[in-house]
Amino acid sequence: MKKLCTIALLLVAGTTAFAVPPASAAPRVPVPPTMPRYRFENFTTANGLPDNHVFAVLVDGDRIWAATENGLALYENRVWKTYTTKDGLAHRAVLSLALDKRTGDVWAGTMAGLSRISGGRIDSYTQLNSGLSNDVVYGVSVEGENVWVATAAGGCRLNTRTGQWALYNERNTPMVEIWTYGVAATPTKVYYAVWGSGVLEYDQKTGRWDKYDDPDGENEIVLFKDQGLIHEIVTSVSYVDNILWAATYFGDSRYDGRYWHNFLTKDSGLPSNFTNYIKGVDAKSAWFCTDKGLAYYDGVNWAVYRTSLKDGKPEMTVRDAEAKVTPVAVTTAPAHNYVLGIDFQGADIWVATAKGLSHGIREKQ
Amino acid sequence: MRAGAAAGFALLAAGLSATALTFFSVALWTGSPVHADEHRGSVEDVDYASPLEVLLSPDGARLYVLCQQSQEVRVLDAASYAVIKNIAVGRVPRGISLSPDGARLFVTNSWDDTLSIIDTNALVVVATWPVGAEPSSVVEDRQGKRLFIANRISNDVAVLDAQTGAEEKRLLAGRGSSYLALSPDGTKLYATHVYPNASPHRTAPESEITVIDVARAVVVDRIPLHGIAGVFHMAFSGDGRLGVVAEYHPKNLVPLAHLEHGGAFEDTLTVFGADVGKTVEVPLDELECYASQPFGVAIAPDKSRIYVTSGGSEIVTVVDVPRMLRFIHAHNGPFVQDLSASANYVVARIAVGLNPRGLTLTRDGRRLFVANRLDDTISLIDTRTNRVTSTITLAGPKTITALRHGEQTFYTARYSFQGQIGCANCHIDSSFDGIQWNLEPDGFGRSIVDNKLLEGVKDTEPYKWTGTNPNIPTECGPRTEKYFWRSENYDNLTLADLTVYVRSIAPRPNRWRLAGGELTPPQERGQAIFERSVDKFKKPIPEYNRCSYCHSGPKGTNQKIVDVGTRKPTDNTGLLKAPPLTNIALTAPYLHDGSARSLEEIWTVYNPEDKHGRTNDLTKDELNDLIEYLRTR
Repeated sequence: MKKLCTIALLLVAGTTAFAVPPASAAPRVPVPPTMPRYRFENFTTANGLPDNHVFAVLVDGDRIWAATENGLALYENRVWKTYTTKDGLAHRAVLSLALDKRTGDVWAGTMAGLSRISGGRIDSYTQLNSGLSNDVVYGVSVEGENVWVATAAGGCRLNTRTGQWALYNERNTPMVEIWTYGVAATPTKVYYAVWGSGVLEYDQKTGRWDKYDDPDGENEIVLFKDQGLIHEIVTSVSYVDNILWAATYFGDSRYDGRYWHNFLTKDSGLPSNFTNYIKGVDAKSAWFCTDKGLAYYDGVNWAVYRTSLKDGKPEMTVRDAEAKVTPVAVTTAPAHNYVLGIDFQGADIWVATAKGLSHGIREKQ
Repeated sequence: MRAGAAAGFALLAAGLSATALTFFSVALWTGSPVHADEHRGSVEDVDYASPLEVLLSPDGARLYVLCQQSQEVRVLDAASYAVIKNIAVGRVPRGISLSPDGARLFVTNSWDDTLSIIDTNALVVVATWPVGAEPSSVVEDRQGKRLFIANRISNDVAVLDAQTGAEEKRLLAGRGSSYLALSPDGTKLYATHVYPNASPHRTAPESEITVIDVARAVVVDRIPLHGIAGVFHMAFSGDGRLGVVAEYHPKNLVPLAHLEHGGAFEDTLTVFGADVGKTVEVPLDELECYASQPFGVAIAPDKSRIYVTSGGSEIVTVVDVPRMLRFIHAHNGPFVQDLSASANYVVARIAVGLNPRGLTLTRDGRRLFVANRLDDTISLIDTRTNRVTSTITLAGPKTITALRHGEQTFYTARYSFQGQIGCANCHIDSSFDGIQWNLEPDGFGRSIVDNKLLEGVKDTEPYKWTGTNPNIPTECGPRTEKYFWRSENYDNLTLADLTVYVRSIAPRPNRWRLAGGELTPPQERGQAIFERSVDKFKKPIPEYNRCSYCHSGPKGTNQKIVDVGTRKPTDNTGLLKAPPLTNIALTAPYLHDGSARSLEEIWTVYNPEDKHGRTNDLTKDELNDLIEYLRTR
């Protein structure tokens, strides 16, 4: 619900920003070679999506799954098909998606339970008919035979082989708040993004939990940069190449197991500190889905893809290591600046936004 | 002569009156130690072969017979039927298949969760691999890269490395995943399942054929089987254009009251593929000729015939494929309940042995071997004449014990009106079927009941959900005869033998309990909740409202009649017998009417007043722990 309310507020803000008079056309300059450029094709209810509020997107080969407020949409062979509660989906509002790459099964977190889509069959788990701790499923991640779930009442792990559920909450982890907002599971570590309680880490080998908090507590002041996690209100986590990427509503963090590095608009190319979703590509690069556009960081440079806050036109900017921002001429942008999710299809990207789904087709540079 | 009958004749020969004979039978029912032990003594010493499946070697020279009770593969010369070798395998073997080159024979051992691999040159078991829970069928891909195994308990198909046995992953299949078949081109694997998938209460059962892409080892489709509960073997035509599956179509949404009108089950095939154009359910039954408990299926190499075994009717049904296809294409809409339909395409019903199961055709399609599980024979059918030309008797005991006769009685459909159904229709493989029934004695539309597990049913009387049947003979005798069979009664000795068999049905191994019997930490916490006498607020829980009171003892029942607040408007009473907890994890849905789709729903939905145990003080974690413990029972 919080996510939905935030979307509504930001939509109003975004609309106001579009009213700014257009600026003069940006000059063409060379793009740093590592910063990708895309042509965005956007999908809305006008061309097949069941709803324009797209909370997450998942790529499975040639198939694209879109988690919308009004069903789970599948794009295959250039046709959209929508799964609803009539098909067994736990709820029409789908908030999160995960793919079991081994089996091809898709797991969908919804506002009223967790659904497993397997070969066209949908089985749904709720807090009443299963061991799921809460019906509001904000995040889901698959690792081996385990499905890790982030709910409004703590985390869960379903062992798909035994059917056993394990619940994680304030009684058996260092979690202070139990509002888990995202989860990233890997064979070695599992991370939970906890809304108001930092990042929880589970070591798969030892079975022990650890916790990372904002050293400044709940103060909205960063006394020392890179001292620790940027903020307690964590919305998303990603773990790749032994690097933790964490998104908050007040900036983002990267943690290599020893050092933290934080990203704020004032000292990075991040378009907004309000980050809904983060996805690491590797140890040095990541994508940031914010309320003011989509950003890519390659470890040195930043690229931002959005509709201009000044003139409402498609915009791409590149910020280099010297903080020099260079506009790049583009003709398309993601469907909306309020970005909620991203996934990769080869060199292309798919972007979930508050007003449609976007296919970013990588352009030759 | 069977042992029970022998005892009866002995009594008559001794000049005892009919009254005395009746007393003898009743004494058996009530567990009289003298007579019951006479039967059981003969039972325990006898290992029948019980052939379940048959398979020909690729060159047609050998016949492999999977013998479930003697737990071995018997290798016969396919021409002389002489025994070449008997090879011991694991407990309760269920599935058998050959590698594509015929060099390896695979056997799934359903009770010890292993796969036996037999070298067909040396005819020895060269490896035994641990696999999933209750492995029931196995298939190797054409490349010899992967093995696929259907696991009945975990409802999945496991994917294994064919050379090492290392499990790669599990694919979600239907509930009670049991039988596999590879498409002729080897690209698709099809899986069936014996219990219906979860569906809303009091709706038609739903089953599926799970379609797996072999190269990717992922599920790519699920062919829906509406109204079906109990799906068994599949077969494909050589050109891959016709698929067929044997299945049960229960009529469980209407009162089980009109067997004379074909009112309990349809015995059907579902056919699919390019020749059919869509998925079509095809009935095998006609008046006075039912094909009860269809199980094995084969298609002739020239695609002219489909052969189907029916375990209850003890026949092989022969379907003329071209006539069946013409009929299907000429009739739009479902005709599954049309008892005149099968006359258009069924060309023969061949009587074979008792409880025929697996079958296999020679490569030229001239001869059909049928495994008759309950009389230890193989029927050999000449497919040109549709006659049994010989019956191969497997080595083993010739005396029919009371237990064996009881099992034969359990599976046969001969006692019901026109031979429509047997006990095993609802108690698949002597267990349960996962569906709910409306039985006539309670009134039409009244007292819907979930079918119960028979495993470990001994000494848990009274029976029925309401506990109104005092013992097994009453449950299996007058009640069954009057309300189910609507035909002839069992004679007293047959009922006694049936009772002996039902009492002997052992629980399958519990897969949630660790080896050695110890409990995991969540199970231990759950056990403490199960046995607690005070709630979380330190308030005493009355004895009658503790889990461990009603569900006491090794089988989890104190055998008392109680009201746990689960009465529905359609129920005649809220008083129910505390059911045993034996293998409770397997038997969803729950409660007397099957309204709770999962163990969780017993308490999250149907226990608002804490009458079914004090549980509303529990957190979700604690309820999960309780359920983890229950799964070990």
